[in-house]
Amino acid sequence: MKIIIAGDGKVGAILTRQLSAEGYDLTLIDANLKVLESTEERYDIMAVQGNCASMEVLEQAGIREADLLIAVTNADEVNLLCCMTAHGMNPDIHTIARIRNPEYTEQIYKMQNLFALSMMINPERQAALEIERLLKYPGFLKRDTFAKGRVEIVELRVEAGHKLCNIALNDLYNIVKCKILVCTVIRNGKAVAPGGNFVLMEGDRIFVTAPANVLTMLLKNLGIITHKVKRVILCGGGRVSYYLAQSLIKNGIGVQIVEQDYDRCIHLANALPHASVIHGDASREFLLDNEGISDCDALVTLTGVDEMNIIISLYGSSCKVPQIITKLGRLENNTILDSLPIGSIISPKELSCNHIVRYVRAMENQTGAALTIHTIADGQAEAVEFMVDKDTLHCGEPLKKLKLKKNVLIVCIMHGMKLDIPNGDSCFEYGDTVIVVTGAGRVVYQLNDIFE
Amino acid sequence: MNYKMMGRFIGHILLVEAVFMVVPLIISLFHDEDIVCIGFAASLCVILAVALLLLVLCRGSKRSFKAREGLVCVGVSWIVMSLLGCLPFYISREIPSYLDALFETVSGFTTTGASILSEVEELSMSILYWRSFTHWLGGMGVLVFVLAVGAFGERSKGFTVHLLRAESPGPQVGKLVPKMKKTAEILYLIYIALTIVNIAFLLFGGMPLFDAVCTAFGTAGTGGFGIKNDSIAGYSPYIQNVCTVFMLLFGVNFSCYYLLLLRQFYSVLKDEELRLYLGVVIGSIVLITLDVRGFYGTLGETVRHAAFQVASIVTTTGFATTDFDLWPDFSKAVILGLMVIGACAGSTGGGFKCARILIVVRGLRRNLRRAISPQKVQVVRINNHMIDEKVLENANAYLAAYVLILFFSFILVSVDQFSITTNFTAVLSCFNNIGPGLEAVGPTCNYGDFSWLSKLVLIVDMLAGRLEIFPILILFSRSTWGVFNRKSG
Repeated sequence: MKIIIAGDGKVGAILTRQLSAEGYDLTLIDANLKVLESTEERYDIMAVQGNCASMEVLEQAGIREADLLIAVTNADEVNLLCCMTAHGMNPDIHTIARIRNPEYTEQIYKMQNLFALSMMINPERQAALEIERLLKYPGFLKRDTFAKGRVEIVELRVEAGHKLCNIALNDLYNIVKCKILVCTVIRNGKAVAPGGNFVLMEGDRIFVTAPANVLTMLLKNLGIITHKVKRVILCGGGRVSYYLAQSLIKNGIGVQIVEQDYDRCIHLANALPHASVIHGDASREFLLDNEGISDCDALVTLTGVDEMNIIISLYGSSCKVPQIITKLGRLENNTILDSLPIGSIISPKELSCNHIVRYVRAMENQTGAALTIHTIADGQAEAVEFMVDKDTLHCGEPLKKLKLKKNVLIVCIMHGMKLDIPNGDSCFEYGDTVIVVTGAGRVVYQLNDIFE
Repeated sequence: MNYKMMGRFIGHILLVEAVFMVVPLIISLFHDEDIVCIGFAASLCVILAVALLLLVLCRGSKRSFKAREGLVCVGVSWIVMSLLGCLPFYISREIPSYLDALFETVSGFTTTGASILSEVEELSMSILYWRSFTHWLGGMGVLVFVLAVGAFGERSKGFTVHLLRAESPGPQVGKLVPKMKKTAEILYLIYIALTIVNIAFLLFGGMPLFDAVCTAFGTAGTGGFGIKNDSIAGYSPYIQNVCTVFMLLFGVNFSCYYLLLLRQFYSVLKDEELRLYLGVVIGSIVLITLDVRGFYGTLGETVRHAAFQVASIVTTTGFATTDFDLWPDFSKAVILGLMVIGACAGSTGGGFKCARILIVVRGLRRNLRRAISPQKVQVVRINNHMIDEKVLENANAYLAAYVLILFFSFILVSVDQFSITTNFTAVLSCFNNIGPGLEAVGPTCNYGDFSWLSKLVLIVDMLAGRLEIFPILILFSRSTWGVFNRKSG
């Protein structure tokens, strides 16, 4: 499949890495020659220098044979124009545009029809949705949804003195009283695929597959107190903040936004009359103290500077804020961050890349290919959702008889509306949906790839 | 200062005034009121002469106009218009003193309705007509009329909005449509249509045509000159109710009617100023009805009188069906409150204006909260739109000017040895363009007994109140006339 990526910024770079690794024909368009050269050196791609909205440049990039155009330059209008032009030159092409301006968000569906876009992505809005989902269940560090929201893989940290401490996975059911499956454990920064005798220890981060309807019970039985979030402090008043505050307020949650730029404060105060907007530097401790950080329910750090976010989150952690969410632009230093108590980590760019990759994979092969893919365990594992079709091998055979590749685990089987957290006797049939967790570096494109 | 341009403006305004004076002249001819007829004819000649002189002298003026000149122009033109508009009263000897005639005319143009006459019914018909018509003309503003007729139409380049701002009541004056002339036209068409509907309703209630026209003029301009000694009290309950409804209608922001014509019902319903206005009206009616129970025969009659008086005061009209000076003190206090609040911005009513009250109160609330948490950024929002800091500042400055003028006028009027209530309510009533006050200036009394000084002060107050203070205040500023800074001319 031929894919053109317009804009070689941060998102463009992550997409290039991901998609070229999966073997697609990539063409990259950017105005900056230097950036293109360095990308060309690292990956097996074609690079075209120029304005991605100009017909000549698109022609050069081979728009007429391309199957997909992903416009991720930093200007919304350029992205839109690029997609429209491309669509005019090649009516069969799929187009994805990144649109970030909140003023366009309300008209997003109309625009999608108007400009014949296949998909529009808004990284900040997605990040806000993700954060909102996390705030709904304080206690989980991360949540990934599958099967249209019916199954989730959630991340938990095993704290000292926790009920889960020193428990073997075989005995887990006695504590949580519901069917769940631990699919990956991160111990000392390394992902481990645990067996039944694996004993959990303090400091482990575990990834649990569970039906969405047992999440509350799970938290309750684990003894994690989940009082409803009533007041949230947002540090930084950028776009993520705006979207997040908007939906939190709609749910009746009190929001305080700390922002440094006065004009931005005025803008926010006008756009969000029910939020309390504070003008000041969020990295000053006394300011956060004044705003009552010690008794707020959650702290979300959303400034544009990663270091600042980490520092504020650390301060929040020292003030015993129950839930902390940190936004990071770069995820390269994850191993160091793992040891810091900065709560959940959200990266808008990573989120939107995952979104696009998912679309690409679904586009390539409607049957047999992955329906959804989520990167979990700091990128050391992937959870992939597949549809079982007529070409799938081993239908109807119990799982204990199958020989799966190393580090591959089937964590959930859905027969129509029935949800099954599988054990050795379970089997999948034609028409089922299965969720597979695979270890690091092993990309699974087809369900049949998991068998030896 | 572009004096030539100002001269042209005033010339045009006087032409309009002269044209409208033809109607009472015809009425006087028709009724053989000899002396009055001569009065109107003479005034007409004087006004026409002045207007033509100004137009000839000020030919070929430059067409640049700034905000300050707009304010000055409006202030001066209202004064000139009043000085000449009172000539018929004076020349016809119906009001023998020139100052009294001026007071009566200013009271008419500013839609105050404060009179120095004790016996209204003795006046001739044409004079009564002219007296009521000044309300109608002053209600929407003569300058707006000149703009609507398009005397400066196609050639004006945007400066005319300064004039509209200076003459129209309210803290935020904007255009309804891109063209100034069209905006002025729409305003006047709504105004005329409502007036005609009002006349029709009054005629339906059996009111004679002349009475209906004069009463409708008084209602439309929210003026309050009646043509009977007892104002509206002598008419049937139906007519009183019609008056109540139309007074309230003329107190609503005219852009609401425009939105209704555009079928934007939702935004009219959501309008916060309109909600405040209606809330104040209904609340006051309920309170007064409870307070004055027993004064009148039936509950229906009580509500009718309460509603009429509330509508009359809050829209700053000043008609009366009963003497509220005899009401209990609580009701009088409510009436005093209504005097200050006034009607909606963008209506023909006066007062402090509901919109400005909203802005000032919300600004105050914001400042209080800021005192509690200084870091918090808060904006003042009305109708889901942010109010600019400048507008907020202007509203606060207006409040300060309002209180100061009220205070100094009160001191000056107090020289006359009336009671404090009389002096205060006289000033309050004139300044807010209402008409009746309490005690010696109550609904059944008049302003005739005040000294010439008090009358002058009240005249200035009426003009200042109608033109929203600044156009009149700026006339007293030395920098306006370039005394200190000659280069600015």
